[in-house]
Parts: sequence; C-alpha cells; structure tokens
Amino acid sequence: MSRRADYVDWMKDHYRFVTELLLASVSEGEDLVLSLEAEQSLFLRFNANKVRQNTWIEQAAFGLKLQKDRRTSTVKITLAGDRGLDEARARAALAELRAEIPQLPVDEHQVAVVNNGRSDQQHRGHLLGDEAIIDAICEAAEGTDMAGFYCAGPIISANRNSKGQDHWFAAENFFMDYSLYDGPKAVKGCYAGSEWKTTAWQASLSQAKNQLSLLSRPVRDVPPGAYRAYLAPGAIAELLQTVSWGGFSYGGYRRGQSPLKKMVDENQSLSPKFTARENFDLGLSPVFNLNGEVSPTRLTLIEDGKLVNWLTSSRSAVEYGAPTNFAAESEGPRSLEVLSGTLLHGDVLKKLGTGLYLSNLHYVNWSDPQSARMTGMTRYACFWVENGEIVAPIKDLRFDVSLYDIWGQHLVEVTDFSETHPSTWTYEKRSLGGMRTPGMVVEGMKFTL
Amino acid sequence: MHKEELKKVLTDLAEKTDFVSLRHVKEKTTWRSVRNEAPDANLVAYDEGVMIEVFEKGHIGYAGTAELTSDGIRRAFEKARSQTQKASTRKIADFPESVRPPSRGVFKSPRVKSLDQLSVAGLVDYLMKGSKAAKISDKIVTRMAMANFVETEFFHLTSNGGEIEQDFSMLGMDLQATAQDGPESQTRSLNGGLARCRQAGAELFDVDAFVRGGEQIARESLELIAAENCPSDTRDVVLMPDQMILQIHESIGHPLELDRILGDERNYAGWSFVQPADFGSLQYGSKLMNVTFDPARRGEYASYAFDDGGTPATREFLIKDGRLERGLGSLESQFRSRLPGVANFRASSWNRAPIDRMANINLEPGTATLDELISKVEKGLWMTANRSWSIDDYRNKFQFGCEYGRLIENGKLTKVVKNPNYRGTTVAFWNKLDGVGRSELDEMYGTPFCGKGEPNQGIRVGHASPPCLFRNVEVFGGGQ
Repeated sequence: MSRRADYVDWMKDHYRFVTELLLASVSEGEDLVLSLEAEQSLFLRFNANKVRQNTWIEQAAFGLKLQKDRRTSTVKITLAGDRGLDEARARAALAELRAEIPQLPVDEHQVAVVNNGRSDQQHRGHLLGDEAIIDAICEAAEGTDMAGFYCAGPIISANRNSKGQDHWFAAENFFMDYSLYDGPKAVKGCYAGSEWKTTAWQASLSQAKNQLSLLSRPVRDVPPGAYRAYLAPGAIAELLQTVSWGGFSYGGYRRGQSPLKKMVDENQSLSPKFTARENFDLGLSPVFNLNGEVSPTRLTLIEDGKLVNWLTSSRSAVEYGAPTNFAAESEGPRSLEVLSGTLLHGDVLKKLGTGLYLSNLHYVNWSDPQSARMTGMTRYACFWVENGEIVAPIKDLRFDVSLYDIWGQHLVEVTDFSETHPSTWTYEKRSLGGMRTPGMVVEGMKFTL
Repeated sequence: MHKEELKKVLTDLAEKTDFVSLRHVKEKTTWRSVRNEAPDANLVAYDEGVMIEVFEKGHIGYAGTAELTSDGIRRAFEKARSQTQKASTRKIADFPESVRPPSRGVFKSPRVKSLDQLSVAGLVDYLMKGSKAAKISDKIVTRMAMANFVETEFFHLTSNGGEIEQDFSMLGMDLQATAQDGPESQTRSLNGGLARCRQAGAELFDVDAFVRGGEQIARESLELIAAENCPSDTRDVVLMPDQMILQIHESIGHPLELDRILGDERNYAGWSFVQPADFGSLQYGSKLMNVTFDPARRGEYASYAFDDGGTPATREFLIKDGRLERGLGSLESQFRSRLPGVANFRASSWNRAPIDRMANINLEPGTATLDELISKVEKGLWMTANRSWSIDDYRNKFQFGCEYGRLIENGKLTKVVKNPNYRGTTVAFWNKLDGVGRSELDEMYGTPFCGKGEPNQGIRVGHASPPCLFRNVEVFGGGQ
C-alpha cells in the first residue's frame, strides 16, 4: 500500500505487520503489550501574520512491554516505515527485553496482562491542503499582529497484547492556536476541529478583534489585594491543568503528594456548586489507555464539592489493594469536564459587580501543595469592572490562592455555558485529550504582586 | 543509516534547491526508577530520524522523517521544498545563506567510563540502595530513586560543505523522600527535581554519596513536617546553588532569548520585558552580577561545540558587572534584530526545527565564603532546592519556592522552616544582589525539561552558580 495515498491506512497495515510478527514470537510464560503513537503533522508558526517556520513531520513511536517471571520491562523504538528495517528493530527490542528481564527484581505491583477487548475507531477529517492553508490563515488575519501556531494531520493511538486485545484509534484534526496583539496588549483564540472552514476561522478572528478593541482603553494598575473576580472558562482550564498533574491521582494521594489530600484526610470540601468528572463522550480522547484498558465513559471525581473518586490505575490498584478505574498510568485526567451551573452569559458582569474579569491565566504552579494553594499570573484580556461595566484593561497581576477558598466558600456562581479546550500540547508528539470548563465568579481572590 | 549514504543523498538533493542540510539524530534514552525498594520503571527508548532543512527564496523550512532510506529522505525533502516555496511568499525575514556557516568539526562529551559498563542489575541495585538509605522512619512514606541516561549521536551535513559530528553522554539522577505525619507531608530531593544532570559517564555513580544523600533528605523531610511555616515579611535571603539555577533560568535565560524579544514566542511562553535598546545600557543587576553563556564548560549538561545551525559555540558574557551586554540569539535572530547573540540555535531532536534556546547559562563566582554570606545577615532566610516556579509572560513578576529553609538570625543559621517562598520583580531583585560565593562553592546542575516553542520542545540546559545573598526580599510560607 502506498503511504502517499493515505497515511492512516498505510500505518495500520504496517502496524499489523510489525505486531503480528512480534505476537507470533511470544514464548510460554511471556506476556507482551504493544503500543503505537503515530502522527503525520504539519506545523506552521506565525509571527506578525508572517510564517516564521514551517515543518512537516512523520513519526511513529512503538512500545513493547514484556512481562515474564513477575518481572516487567519496556523498550520503545521508532518505526521507520520500512518493513525490513522495522522487523529488525522490533526483533532486536524483544531480544533486549528478554535479556534484561532476568536482571530485574520481582515487580511487586505488576498488572496481569488480560484481554481488554477490541475496538476500531477512525475519525476522518476534511483539512485544507498544505498548499492552501497558509493563504487561508494569513488572508483572514490581514492587518493584524497575529502570533500563532497551526497544527494539523492524522494522529493514531493503538495497542495490542498477547492475550488478544486489539484497540485502534485514528483521527484527523487541526488546531489554530493564536494571539492577536495591539502593542503589548493581546487576546487569545483557538480554532480547532476536524473540518477546516475558512468562514469559521474568520468568525473566530472577528470575535478576537472585538475583544482586542476593548483593550485600547488606558490600562489600570490595580494594587495587590483581595478582589471579587470572574474566571472565564480559559482561566479555569489553566488552574485545572496544574491540578491534573497528580492532583486526582490515587497513587499520589497514597504517596503523600496529592494537593487534594485534605479532601479525604480532613474532610475538606469545595462548594456544592463544583462538580468535576472524566467524560469520554467529549470525544477528545480514546477511551482506552496505553495498556488498552477501557475506562468508564463517565467517572465523577468531585461531586457537589466532595471528592468521591480518585483516578486509580491498575498498577496503583495492585499496590494499594484498591479497585481500578482504568486510569492512565500517570493517573491524570484525559477528558476532564467541570459541570456548568446557572449563571447566564449575559449576567456575568452584573454578577461580578465590581472586580476583575480574567480571561486567561499563565504559568500556574503550587505555592503550598498541602493547602492546595496556587500562584500564577493574569494574561491576555483581563479587565477592571465596576458596577457590571468594563472600565479598563489591567496591568498583569500575580495571584496566590487556595483552591479550598476560591472553589470552596468563596465560589459565588458557575456559568451555564462552558468551553472545550482540546489539548494543544506537542512535546515530543501531538497529544490527544483536553477538557471542558465553565466560567466562575469567585469572592476574595488574593493578588500579591 | 550510514554517514556515507547520507552524504550521497545530500549530494543528490543539493542540485534541487538553494541550500539543503540533513541533521541525523540517533538517541538512546534509559529511565530506571525504584520506589520504596521496589522496581517502578524500567524503560529504554531508541529514536532515530533525520530533519531535512531547505532554503528557498530567503526562507527556511523543514521536514522530519524516520524513514531512513534514500526514498524516504527524498520524499520528505520534496515536502519541505514545496511547503517552503509556498511559505516564502509570506516569510518573516529574507535570510542570507550566511546564517548557515559551513562549519566542520567534532565534539564528544567527557566520560571516564562508558555507560555500557553499567549492568542493568548493577544500576537497579544502586537505586535500591539509595531508596533503602532513606528508610529511616515509618513516617517516610515514599522513597524514590531514579536515573536517566541519554546517549546521542548527532551528524549534520550541509550542501555548502558543513559536516559536524557530536557525541553526547548525558546523565541525570535524583532521590526523593516524602515524610508524612497525619495530614502534614513534605518532600525533599537531592537538589530539586532531577537537577543533578551532567555530561559524564558511568564514573558519576558513587554509591556511598548516593546513600548519604538518601539519609540526608529523609532526615530533612522529617525536620520539615515538624517545622513551623516560613515567616511572611521582608528579609535578606541566601539562595543555595540548587535554587540559584532556577532564578538564573527564569529571570535571566528566558527574557534574554532574542526570539522572544522578536515576538516569535508570544503565543506560547510569552514576550520579554527586555527591549532591543536595553543591550549595552540596562543595569540588569548589581555590579557583582556576571553571567555567561558557556557551552564549552566541560561536563556541564548542555555543552556542545556547534549549535544546530552550524555556528561554532563559544563562551560569551551576557551580563558583565551587572550591565546587559548580549542576548541569547542565533544567527537568524541576530540578522533580524541586529543585536549581538550566541550559538544557541537548538532543536530537541530530529523531529523539531531549531529555535533560540539556553545552553549553559552560569553566574560567575565572586569572592565570599558561605560563612561570610550568612554572617552579613541579621535577619534572613537560607533556602535550598527548588520546588515551585512561576513568572509572568514578560519574565518580570516572579514567585519561587524551595523545599527546605532555615532562618538566619544575627549572622547564624537557626531553625528549619517549611514552605519557604519568595517573590519579586526581575531587575529590582538582581539589583539587590549583595554577595556572591567564591569558585569553590560553585555547583553545576541542569534540567532535561526546559519547555518552549511551537511545536513544543523540551530541551536540556545546564546552569552553574555559587550561593548568593540578596537584600530585602519579600518572603512567605504556606497555609491556606
């Protein structure tokens, strides 16, 4: 099959060739788990509505995990796409694993390899051709100082194991993540999907331009202090991205490292208005993890302010004698949704009254994980609001707050609308997943610098 | 793919475009970790691919492939060429070919013992000993020992005659201990998360030192769960080298990247408070502040002889006697900005285009002993091992935290405090520098995880610094 005609079909054929030969090589007493993360991507980087760099890549990371004699080891290789080369690499990797296993201690937390079923999902997209996309982006943004990143192409996640499990997920999608600048003032936008529509891109830009015009007013230097604030969906997502690094992890909790630990140990709770869950119906991520385990379509993590479930991987389940909910081994959420509330879009400023309207946050980190206390900066379109009217854009502020405050007793209202944030993470490879969040009005948010 | 085959492919491709280069990267990465004296991760990853770079009408574009056959590279070349031709109609700059000097040379990381001499069983045993050493109390609920090796063979060929070979051997290791008592828990590591990164060989594995480190961090994590919170006020701070590296990285390294100043990074990590006119005039810090870009320092984590654009790498002062002299910008950024730069055009691997990065950014030693720094402080805070970092998108307002602190009272170190944090603004903070440790106190660290760029790239950087004294800093502790 020609790889030029269809990357996904070609890769599927090649993947089956490599996996078949490996699975046929499995010996008595061995279990083998195979995984694939592949992509064919176009990356376009823009500055001042000009192309800074264009890069096309094709890559396929292939994992082999061998379990034998209660020992576990993993080797990853890059598939070249050439049958001869990849057969040699795959066989060498298996030989290396077999040589390494006897040198390892017993893996006390090993998860038995089982057949977690079969699935085959392919989501075809309609992306604009590589030749046309640059003009489509730049013509619509003509006259703006646009800095941004277009990322597009097919992406694949798959795995098989020696017990017969076989999962395949492929999607063609794109995102155009961008900022419009007016001097140092800027607004953020993201147009994403599986079908490029230039009219939709123009509409996204138009909305951003309108927001940018609000920033033309003189900047207000708001002094540090505690203020009522509206955190737009993008700002809530920034906070949750940091919480997701170990915050919901059962293993992290047992190891004394989860910032949400007090929600169990001291019955600390959030506001009854706060509910968060994994929801694979958002369509952002395959429902199986890298071991091919199929997670529940929906799993509530925080319900009406109470922590009701941790994300528990099968490995943590073995280690701590708890039930698994087939989380990823990192025990981070893959498709997190915070449920919306009752505050109407048109009532947000009125509900805020006087305080800060924060569209985005930046560089969030824990200042005291024990107290779920976070710091970070305001970024992009952030305003001072008085009596329900936008008065002025603000000079960026540093916040330092405990989630137990702003999502606890100080959570005033949650919006009845929410926004989807597909992952734009591209470290080493393009990511699947994302989250959906509403906005929130909070009281007494502390700003320190 | 053999070098001779790559040369032949390059010769063929060179006839079809103004300039073409092939950057071949072959890398083996090993991660091994042990938690509570049980195996946690054993992973070896092999990666190999080539990035094709083409020059069309003053614009430079890229295509990366792992299909290491003549046909595979030619196919990627055609992709790069057609897209670069199209992109050249909307290019950010009209680059001259001089931004790709035809350099030739080799580099090899220093190593006494090859990593091949470390057996799997021997390394796991080493990690087990570190983990076990931290088991000094039932309150130490988590003991983690980890090691990371990266062995990279780099081969860069250009159609204007450049040929560079670089062979890197990079190691990182860490130990962490978490103590827990009721709802209180605190974690200590050797020098902050995976900061012990060097270019070296197997000789770096010193089991006795690792065991001593395990005992020490366990003891200190127990001290922390019994300690009071760091006070909230304004006082002098002495930052140890394993916190200075973070201070240098976030408030010197990133704001001096010329591509940030040029706006390339505005949609992701941000812009910079530094303006082009600041070079040669801005008093960035006190007269005691001397900062170098030093890719030539032997054994530091991001040492190399040439960057990924083929520019020979040399040591340069970025800040001298507190005054800003030079930015972190490649030949491309130097051409666009007309500012002085360095050889820092770097990609994380074959599948990413190079951008302006840090390499080794070091604070040069001063003259003080540690006792002298501490004895100059009446009311202060001594802090070690970075735990938390956050800074704005212009690299101005920062807040950083450490794992472990001790009060300084009347020139002496006194009681341990938990959750030590401090905040400030970049230039004001560096102008409060009032003491720099002597060369014997200089320590080298690094990180494999410096993130930047679109597409995102995590790259290895090195930092070295002695301990430093800063006056009148806003400090605070934890608590809701």
